[in-house]
Amino acid sequence: MARGDRIAAIVGINEYPLRVVGPGTNALQIKASCAAKALEDAGFTWQDVDAVYDTGTDQSVGGLGISEYFGFKPTVIDNTSVGGTSYEFHANHALRMIKEGKCNLALITYGSTAHSDRRAIGTAGATGQGVSNMFNNMEDPWGLTLIGNYAMVKQRHKHQYGTTDEQFAAISVATRRHAMRNPEAVKAMTDLEFVGVREITTEDVLDSRVIAYPLHLLECCMVSDGGGAVLIASEAMARNARKKPVWIIGGGEATKYRENGGDITVSAGGQSGPIAFAEAGVSPSEIDILMAYDSFTITVMCLIEDLGFCAKGEGGAFVSDGKLHFDDPGKPTINTDGGGLSSNHPGARGIFLLMEATRQLRGESTSQVPDAKLAVAVGNGGQLGSRHATGVTILAAD
Amino acid sequence: MTLRPQPRFPENDTEPFWEATKRHELSYQTCNKCNNVIFYPRRHCNRCGSDDTKWNVSQGLGTVYTFSVVVQSRHPAFKDLGAYAVAYVDLDEGFRIMTNIVGVNDPTKDIECGMRVKVQWEDQGEGGISLPMFEPA
Repeated sequence: MARGDRIAAIVGINEYPLRVVGPGTNALQIKASCAAKALEDAGFTWQDVDAVYDTGTDQSVGGLGISEYFGFKPTVIDNTSVGGTSYEFHANHALRMIKEGKCNLALITYGSTAHSDRRAIGTAGATGQGVSNMFNNMEDPWGLTLIGNYAMVKQRHKHQYGTTDEQFAAISVATRRHAMRNPEAVKAMTDLEFVGVREITTEDVLDSRVIAYPLHLLECCMVSDGGGAVLIASEAMARNARKKPVWIIGGGEATKYRENGGDITVSAGGQSGPIAFAEAGVSPSEIDILMAYDSFTITVMCLIEDLGFCAKGEGGAFVSDGKLHFDDPGKPTINTDGGGLSSNHPGARGIFLLMEATRQLRGESTSQVPDAKLAVAVGNGGQLGSRHATGVTILAAD
Repeated sequence: MTLRPQPRFPENDTEPFWEATKRHELSYQTCNKCNNVIFYPRRHCNRCGSDDTKWNVSQGLGTVYTFSVVVQSRHPAFKDLGAYAVAYVDLDEGFRIMTNIVGVNDPTKDIECGMRVKVQWEDQGEGGISLPMFEPA
C-alpha cells in the first residue's frame, strides 16, 4: 500500500461526552450509545454493520456475548485484546479484512466506568489473588504499582540519555494547553475535581507530588469513565458516507517484554512503527498529527523516539522546543484533544487516538492544525516496563 | 502485619525457583542445547524451544538496571511501608529479576542505575518461601 491507496476509511466516530457517568450507566450501555451515534455520524444504519471488533473485556461479556448484546450478526468477529492499544490493532485488522473483501463496515467500541467503580488502576499493585502463572508468581511480591512500572522506564531513560524532568514536563504542558481548548476535557477535569483546571507550567509539573519516583502526579493520566465508537468502511461505502473519509494507509503491531539484557527504554513501537510507515509509504517528518498514548509522559517520549520522529535518546530535546503545540509550525502536533493526561483515560485510551486523529483530518478538532493531512495513532497497552503492545495506525485525508 | 502478595502454587513453571528460595538459593535455568540463560523460569528454552534445560544457582551479585520508588500504594502490605524501591537487577550470570532494593536510607537518593548489589533474603514465615531482595554490595 501507499499513501494514495484508498481501501478502507474511518467514516464514523463518537466519543462518550461524560467522564463521570454515575451509577445509572454501565460500560455496555456506553458502547451501544456510541455505536448508534457513530452510525449517525457516518450516515449508516445498525443493520449495515457486518464486522465487530471488540476486546471482549468491557463488563467481561467476551467475544460470544458482544454481538448478541448489540444485536448484530457479523461475519467478521475479532476479539484481539492487548490492553489500551487494542483499538489500533482492531483498525489495522479491519483494513486487512476489508481489503480481502470479507466485510464492508466494521465497528469498534469501548466503554468503561473505571472512575465510578473507584478502580485504583495506577496505585493498586498486584493483589496476589486470582490465577497463578509465570508472570504473577515472579512479579506480585514486590509491590510494584502500574505507575511504578512506567516510572522504572523513566528512570532508565533519564540515566541512559540524560533526559530531564523539565523535558518530560513539556509533554504535560502541551497536552493540558490543548485540553483547555476542548470543552469536554474541561468538563472532565472539573467533574474529576482536578486541582486547578487551567493551563500548567513546567514548574507546576515538577512541583506536583511524586506518585512513584521519578513520576509526578501531572505526568500521570487521569482515571475517568468513558468510551467511544469508530466505524471503518470499505472504499465503496466510504464514498457514500456523510463526512469525508479518513483513510487508513498503514498499520503495524508488535509486543515487547522484559528480557535478560534488554533495553527497557525501547517500546514495541520500535518494531511496529517501521512496519506501519513502510506500508503507508510516508516518513515521520511528514506527519502533521501524532496521537501518542499518553498514559504517562514517559510513554509519549518512548513512542516519539521509537517511531522515528527523532533518534533514540533525543526525545528530550525534540519535545522541548514548542513543536508539540497545535499553533506551532513545527511537526508533529500531539494529542490535540487533551490526551489521557487531561481529557480522557478510562483504562484503555487507544480508541480516542483514532477519533481525535479523525477529527483533525476532517478539520473538526478544538485545536485544529490548519490543513492537517497525515496523522498517526500509536497506542500502548499493557505496561511499558514489563510487557506491552504497541499498535500503529497511519491515517490520511484526501 | 499483612503479608505481601505471594506466589501461588501449584504452578509448574516457577515452583522449582520458589522451592530453592527456602534454601536461600537464587536459581535460574540455562539451555543445554543453545546455552541461553532462561529467566523467568519455564519448562522450555525461550530462544530455541528445547526442553533440555538445567537449574543453576546464582552467586547473588549484580547491578541495578533501573528502579522506581513507590510512594503511593493501595495494597495493605505496602501502604504503610513508606517509600520503597522496586527494581530490575541484572545478575552477573546474565538474568534480570524484579525485586526490591533494601538497606538504604533514602531510596530516591541512595540508589542509582548501575549500582552493585547483593542478594539478601526475607523469609515469609515458617517453612515458607523466601523473597530475594538486594542491598548495596
